[in-house]
Amino acid sequence: MYKYNAFDEAFLAERNAQFRAQVERRIDGSLTEDEFKPLRLMNGVYLQLHAYMLRVAIPYGTLNSAQMRQLALLAEKWDKGYGHFTTRQNIQYNWPKLPDIPDMLDALGEVGLHAIQTSGNTIRNTTADHFAGAAADELTDPRPYAELIRQWSTDHPEFQFLGRKFKIGITGSPNDRAVVKAHDVGLRMVEKDGEIGFEVIVGGGLGRTPMVGKVIRDFLPQPDLLPYLESVLSVYNVLGRRDNKYKARIKITVQENGIDKIRELVEARFEERRHEFDGTDQALLAEIKTHFAAPQFRSGDTSAFDATYSADPVFRAWADTNLAAHRQADHAIVTVSIKAHGQTPGDASGGQMRVLADLAEEFGYDELRISHQQNVILPHVHKSDLPAVHARLKDHGLATANVGLISDIIACPGMDYCALATARSIPVAQEIATRFDDLKLEHDIGHLQIKISGCINACGHHHVAHIGILGLDRAGVENYQITLGGDATETAAIGKRTGPGFAYDEIVPAVERLVETYLAIRTSEEETFLETYRRLGMEPFKTALYPEAQKKVA
Amino acid sequence: MARAFTPKVITANDLLEGDVIYFTAEDTWTRELSEAELITDEAVAPLRLLDAEKQNIKIVGAYLADAQAGPNGPEPTHFREDFRRKGPSNYSHGKQEAFANV
Repeated sequence: MYKYNAFDEAFLAERNAQFRAQVERRIDGSLTEDEFKPLRLMNGVYLQLHAYMLRVAIPYGTLNSAQMRQLALLAEKWDKGYGHFTTRQNIQYNWPKLPDIPDMLDALGEVGLHAIQTSGNTIRNTTADHFAGAAADELTDPRPYAELIRQWSTDHPEFQFLGRKFKIGITGSPNDRAVVKAHDVGLRMVEKDGEIGFEVIVGGGLGRTPMVGKVIRDFLPQPDLLPYLESVLSVYNVLGRRDNKYKARIKITVQENGIDKIRELVEARFEERRHEFDGTDQALLAEIKTHFAAPQFRSGDTSAFDATYSADPVFRAWADTNLAAHRQADHAIVTVSIKAHGQTPGDASGGQMRVLADLAEEFGYDELRISHQQNVILPHVHKSDLPAVHARLKDHGLATANVGLISDIIACPGMDYCALATARSIPVAQEIATRFDDLKLEHDIGHLQIKISGCINACGHHHVAHIGILGLDRAGVENYQITLGGDATETAAIGKRTGPGFAYDEIVPAVERLVETYLAIRTSEEETFLETYRRLGMEPFKTALYPEAQKKVA
Repeated sequence: MARAFTPKVITANDLLEGDVIYFTAEDTWTRELSEAELITDEAVAPLRLLDAEKQNIKIVGAYLADAQAGPNGPEPTHFREDFRRKGPSNYSHGKQEAFANV
């Protein structure tokens, strides 16, 4: 993985020193809150309902064990012993005190982490496929490109004051695990005539106006990446609206002007810009690529895996849900569920983070990933080590066998923490997970994604959930709307609203009725919830959700 | 017809700790909503907010929040202010943690 050079270290140290001085000036009264707020946001510091929040970027979701241990240290030294992994592959600390934050940033700097541009109207942390560099279906590792984008976008003078935030997602696989169609710019590796390039998607996004991104360039040669991105950003920076915050994202610019006009403007700008790139970026990319060389995968007998798989049903259940195919047949990708039933989705304690760091170091070539689904990945584990890894995870409450199942829920912090939220998300997720665990149904139900947002900004990705839940404030009471049929993969789709919302104590029973209906009408155990919905549409689910309305019609 | 004025308290976050604070009748800040000044006069509310904002050097984002009189002082009328008063519902952190340690 990428290692900071002397320039990176000096840049980060200087930036942290600047912020330390800004915090001091806010505390001594030299800066007003209006002056300080944009400065703190540029460095990932929010003020939420009960405390400050520090959002730390995990670039393209990749960590090594030393970095994970440092995240644990921050949780224990300056927070309340845990951190929250988010849908943008970041980690958030919910309880830092303002005077401590400069020390936290310095501690992060020691291991090459930072909080720069995790907020504000700039280019945010580039997210990537969490199986990058390991997946069997991958054309090429997207992370060197994500690192190139990180270096290019960090403190890029032209793009520090965009009309609104700007998010880039990248995947190197045809199977999209990075939700690239819901990003301002999505990059998908594709192959054409034996050459690998990018399909560039623009104008996707969730929030109050959810949109699936549109293809602006079906094949972009790799060396053109930065000049082309710069052209997209440049066109957006000029054309994007600044009169209305809710119409300022590039998805609205694309919608109002049409993809054809945007494409025309971007291509014209690209002709101007490409000549400004003299090859330095390509030299840098070549250097970055050396940091991402695959580990020397060890070979060995996998019979220990097979023996445990047939002998231990608990291990088998975990292996069936939490492992994915690795490009080396004798290795596996392990998804560690941070969704123990009844716990807060995405919250890991400092102790758990250390266990994950230890496992990465002992069994996983020192690599960890954070997924947008708020889980932690050990991307390379030799199959013979899986029984040992599972045993250690089990000892620390990390062996929940539910990846891709109904209790593997994405939930934003919601009104338990977030100042923007209109309702709670976390307790709804906790209760759904607990309920279906009690019913012992989740393995029968199979693949089903529930995603919950506590306001229309949709940090919980509810629009692209098979069952999406949106918490709102209706006349001073929490109310939850349901959407069905969303899809976060390469066949991305926005879910459709079922009808009126449900009160806090009605939402879990409503989800239960949806699932009962699905179990009753699916053609076989192989047909997933999403497939049943696509086959039969909304009607049977509506009947289950609103029995009273159906009676009135009859 | 204009909506009838509902009683208010002034609330903000502490600059250093970031936690929820309330403005008292003595122009000081308290961690307890029950000790806040309940403002019942519509004409007085914006003036008291100006008084509170004079202390912007140590607070962040003062605003008027709906509240009602209770047996032990002001109480929240909306669930958002109730969460701000108590802390999150997934852990006993925030103000509820402080109460537990008393």
